[in-house]
Amino acid sequence: MAWFEDIEIGRVVELGSHNFSTEDIIRFAKKYDPQPFHTDPEAAKDTHFGGLVAAGWHIAAVWMKLMIGARSSMPEVEETPAPDGRTAPRGGPSPGFFDLKWIKPVRAGDTITYRCTTTEKVDLKSRPYQGIIRSLNEGFNQEGILVFSFIGQGLIERRRPFKPDVI
Amino acid sequence: MPEIYWEDVPTGTVFTTAERTISKEEIIEFAGEYDPQPFHLDEEAAKDSLLGGLCASGWHSCAIAMRLVYDAFHVKAATQGSPGITECRWRRPLFAGETVKVKVTCIDTRASKSRPTMGLTNWTWEMTNANGDTIMTTESWLMMGRRPTDTNTSGAN
Repeated sequence: MAWFEDIEIGRVVELGSHNFSTEDIIRFAKKYDPQPFHTDPEAAKDTHFGGLVAAGWHIAAVWMKLMIGARSSMPEVEETPAPDGRTAPRGGPSPGFFDLKWIKPVRAGDTITYRCTTTEKVDLKSRPYQGIIRSLNEGFNQEGILVFSFIGQGLIERRRPFKPDVI
Repeated sequence: MPEIYWEDVPTGTVFTTAERTISKEEIIEFAGEYDPQPFHLDEEAAKDSLLGGLCASGWHSCAIAMRLVYDAFHVKAATQGSPGITECRWRRPLFAGETVKVKVTCIDTRASKSRPTMGLTNWTWEMTNANGDTIMTTESWLMMGRRPTDTNTSGAN
């Protein structure tokens, strides 16, 4: 993981793909969102979806799974230590997300490919040793159609504390 | 047949879900599959993290809230899915062993212009712990079926 200062806006990371099998969809939904169109292929036919579809939170949780997988498979880079001796930036926690859109249903058997584009870096007066990285995250089905997107945020440590401009 | 249709949830409708205690085991199980970061998996590593202790994945908090709201509302309502989440704020960590509930408020409602059998409802969710601390808030639209008999008489929109 890079220090806040070293993260570049516009960077695109391909996160990989996930196949949403019938079993996978039902297993998640029975635990967290057992609406009939997520748990019962027969009953789902009579709903406006016309068939079994993945729970929205399942689609989001798989994004997280692939994001962690992509991060851990990146080559280890020796980070330059901070002047105060911290050897590597800690990160991970998120203050939340916005504009999450379930654009098209994810149906049983669909394979969704996820992508993350860094869009913004936010300085925090309240937390001088951390900044927020914002990213546009997107999921495309096997036909290349955008089915899922959101603006994600992550707190990342800075090498040097943020100093607001003196007015 | 559902008990609750779009017509039954005017703006200002408020309810609170049942409570649930979130175990360490459940947090680790979810995180192991979907969010394997040290502060969601390992108590010792979590102490040294920015979060300060073993806590649920934010996405797990969302899924837990979904299930609590399902049990209180969706199970008896003509819900038809959500187009998305306008905003979700993870305000403080959901630590292992905490007991949570969700307060749900309908803040807006409108008929669908394109689908006469559907209405839209906009909701805020607020997940709190036993001390009343806010763990998470969301704002999201939910599509709902309209009471079948009303479909042909509501031309106003």
